[in-house]
Amino acid sequence: MHELSVAQALLDQIDAITAERAATCAVVVTIRVGPLSGVEPALLDRAFAVARLRDPRTATATLSIEPAEIRVACRDCGRDGAAHTGKLACSACGSRATRLLQGDELLLLRVELEIAADAAPQLNQSEGVCHV
Amino acid sequence: MCDQCGCGATAQHDPGAAAGGLRFTPLRQQVDVVRGILDGNHRQAEHNRAHFDAHGIVAINLMSSPGSGKTALLEATIPRLRERYRIAVVEGDLETDNDARRIRAQGVPAVQITTGTACHLDAALVHDALHALDLDRIDLLFIENIGNLVCPASFGLGQHRDVTLLSVTEGDDKPAKYPVMFRASDLVLISKTDLLPHLPEFDPRRAQQALADIGARASSLCVSVRDPGSLDPWLHWLERTMAEVRSAQHGSEAGRGTGAGHAHAHRG
Repeated sequence: MHELSVAQALLDQIDAITAERAATCAVVVTIRVGPLSGVEPALLDRAFAVARLRDPRTATATLSIEPAEIRVACRDCGRDGAAHTGKLACSACGSRATRLLQGDELLLLRVELEIAADAAPQLNQSEGVCHV
Repeated sequence: MCDQCGCGATAQHDPGAAAGGLRFTPLRQQVDVVRGILDGNHRQAEHNRAHFDAHGIVAINLMSSPGSGKTALLEATIPRLRERYRIAVVEGDLETDNDARRIRAQGVPAVQITTGTACHLDAALVHDALHALDLDRIDLLFIENIGNLVCPASFGLGQHRDVTLLSVTEGDDKPAKYPVMFRASDLVLISKTDLLPHLPEFDPRRAQQALADIGARASSLCVSVRDPGSLDPWLHWLERTMAEVRSAQHGSEAGRGTGAGHAHAHRG
């Protein structure tokens, strides 16, 4: 169950980004997990739910996992197409001489942070409303 | 009505405001990152690789299910190469040091990484193990990973090549079931082939077909430690790999123009 190690590595990155931006906490963490990444999204989600508790700044963060499909490029007919894990042959001509274009990614895409309003003016904020 | 404290104020009244006066609701900020989740391990693996290259060490990561014969393969391999190369082994073993003792009995250094309940080695664990070895006295380093066909595939260690064992008792469809592991492999060793006469359900050609179906780059070789002759192609592969990696190491050294004076930043 290496998903816990993956969740911890992810949270290490979130901790660094949160500290760098002087944020109070991380709210939403968005990642992309390909079918050939070796990581099971459902298990990673559960591991994240436990691992996030180690730091109050991540303790309520939610994990959003974007699915990714496998795509291969055929070296014989030159076409790109979808494939699945057990068979990475070209869907057009059947050739096995294919190159993986995507499907093995394990990426942190973005983090939504919560920033204390009094700290915000120093930051390059993208949005936000002050209520009095 | 305020939905937080039930007071008469409209909209979003913060009950904390009564004590502290003005209060701000927090701002949201979106940070686009797009980086590998395991980049930390990747950087550590590159650091390990720099150690290997600086010392002219060729590192081979051995992976398989538990009981596929990794240690037995090393026991059969070491005596055949010991005269030509200085060999050492990093052993990932869950609870015991049985495997490391078997390797030391072959007269080569072995460092045990006892991982407890962990399911894979990572680059930091291997780095710690390297501190227990005299890197100047090693030509060929085997890293025997934890017996597991899933987790080790995601964690680079700095190795130059990945070798995966597939024993004939496991079924010839293993590559289809564990595509990530077999796709990461440079060589697949179909092991325990002396048992093939008893296992008509395992066909090495079907295993090769399954490797081709998942687009694996690995070639496969059949080996049995009970038949020393069957190990020859594996030993030739190792010698070829030694030559290839060392040639690349010398090439990059010449390119840097640093020669033996390798300046290597080390944080551990």
